[in-house]
Amino acid sequence: MDAVKENLAIEVRGLRKAYGSTVAVDGLDLAVPRGEVFALLGPNGAGKTTTVEILEGFRRADAGEIRVLGTDPRAATAEWRSRVGIVLQSTGEFEELTVAEVVHHFARYYGGADDPDKVIDRVGLTGKRDARAEKLSGGQKRRLDVALGIIGRPELLFLDEPTTGFDPEARREFWELIRGLAAAGTTILLTTHYLDEAEALADRVGVIAKGRMVALAAPADLGDRRTATATVSWQGPNGTESERTHTPTAVVNALAERFGGEVPGLTVSRPTLEDVYLAMIGKEEAA
Amino acid sequence: MTTVADQSVTRAANRRPGALALGLSRGVLELKQFARTRAYLVFTLLFPVVIVLIFGAAFHGSAGGGVSLSQYFVTGMIASGFLATGFQNLAIQIPIERSRGVLKRLVGTPMPRSAYFIGKIVMVLVISAISTAVLLAMAVAFYDLPLPSSPTKWLTFGWVSLLGVTACTLLGIAYSSLARSGRAAPSMTTPVALVLQIISGVFIVFTALPGWMQQVAALFPLKWMTQGLRSVFLPDSFAQREVAHSWELGRVALVLGVWCVAGLILCLLTFRWTDED
Repeated sequence: MDAVKENLAIEVRGLRKAYGSTVAVDGLDLAVPRGEVFALLGPNGAGKTTTVEILEGFRRADAGEIRVLGTDPRAATAEWRSRVGIVLQSTGEFEELTVAEVVHHFARYYGGADDPDKVIDRVGLTGKRDARAEKLSGGQKRRLDVALGIIGRPELLFLDEPTTGFDPEARREFWELIRGLAAAGTTILLTTHYLDEAEALADRVGVIAKGRMVALAAPADLGDRRTATATVSWQGPNGTESERTHTPTAVVNALAERFGGEVPGLTVSRPTLEDVYLAMIGKEEAA
Repeated sequence: MTTVADQSVTRAANRRPGALALGLSRGVLELKQFARTRAYLVFTLLFPVVIVLIFGAAFHGSAGGGVSLSQYFVTGMIASGFLATGFQNLAIQIPIERSRGVLKRLVGTPMPRSAYFIGKIVMVLVISAISTAVLLAMAVAFYDLPLPSSPTKWLTFGWVSLLGVTACTLLGIAYSSLARSGRAAPSMTTPVALVLQIISGVFIVFTALPGWMQQVAALFPLKWMTQGLRSVFLPDSFAQREVAHSWELGRVALVLGVWCVAGLILCLLTFRWTDED
């Protein structure tokens, strides 16, 4: 057996999927090693959800070689399903059932399920244990989704836009939960619209546009952010002044000399992940 | 790699319950959900009671042969109850669950797919039994409907009910694939059920209907369910007043059996777990 392949949780080559004449995914390649947190970014309609749903075994690809935990997802067995956790985009379908009822019930589907009460605690719903699902807030419903996604102690977890509609505090708490899972060795494939989320959680991000992977890197390296033109700005006598430069250190040194010490209002910034991402998407859309 | 191998061993060692056990616990969950949803409770259990009360109060005539219209009508309503819980309930509920992603979430787990259907069957059987008991109690108390007088009639009551509920359940599941979305389901299902009730001897004495309407009704299960139940609750002499001057129990069994098989085949061929693809 190939040791490198054994270490890949997800391996996709030449993935293609069209709906009628609309090509949703157009020759996508992807390799996610075990234990990695991988974020898939891209505008609506770029092919993110189609890709993820093919990997989850919900949709059939038109072409391409797909291996998820060593198996073609279309040939998914119960054993394979028990190793994969899925948090879909949709939510809130349990209405009249309580959190505890739902989580305890789903635990029965898995041979090696986690303790339902511990999982409820981990997603922060212990206080809502006996609340009906319809009474939960959007964020709480999402945490219930995550509880059901991780109840089977999955090796691989899919999270499709997990924090849409969260308030900032709920998102931070959610990130802690995901970091905990990643630290325990769970491979995670995440799609998101929030670039700060990708930056906070992901080891690597892939940007999809028009069904193709247009960039693939660690969040800090995406679009050569590390070496991109920096902007140095400060408070001059006539208000805010700034200079775009490839050598920000030299500029700051010169400024320090000019001001004789502290430079008022000094900031040095490189393009944010968002800037890089928007530039990338813009280029693709124009192409 | 050793950790992965270890995990597989652990998973194999902690075998999950089988499809039947999971189906039963799904049934319990379905019943909890049902009992907590007022709309379902009202529609499935209270609605037939109200209809029986209204008809019982409005029509005081005779169906002939010493049988009152109310007695004739209430046996038809018991059969309609099977149609409501089996066919209407599932044909409406399943598309809603499909649209809301309930089914997608379930197929994303290792749950055996048959457990979902077993759960639905458990739910339908329990609710049918309750609605039948309620209607029977009313009929005995208010309309002098005699309970089955012999073990043979109880047996007939049993198999007609079971075949009828089974056919309705399977057809409800099969029909659920026709609705493109949960929102479309009620308007696609309710008229079908209403028309069947009108032409199958529920609201109107069957022999009073025009011949062509009787022939259309004879293609569908409800007519045979009402006829089978009349054989249980109405006096034997009433058989003379049926279309064939007999209860035709053999044909009741045959038609319902054929619909069960057809329903099962349709379910297996057409069932969809998601709206798209």
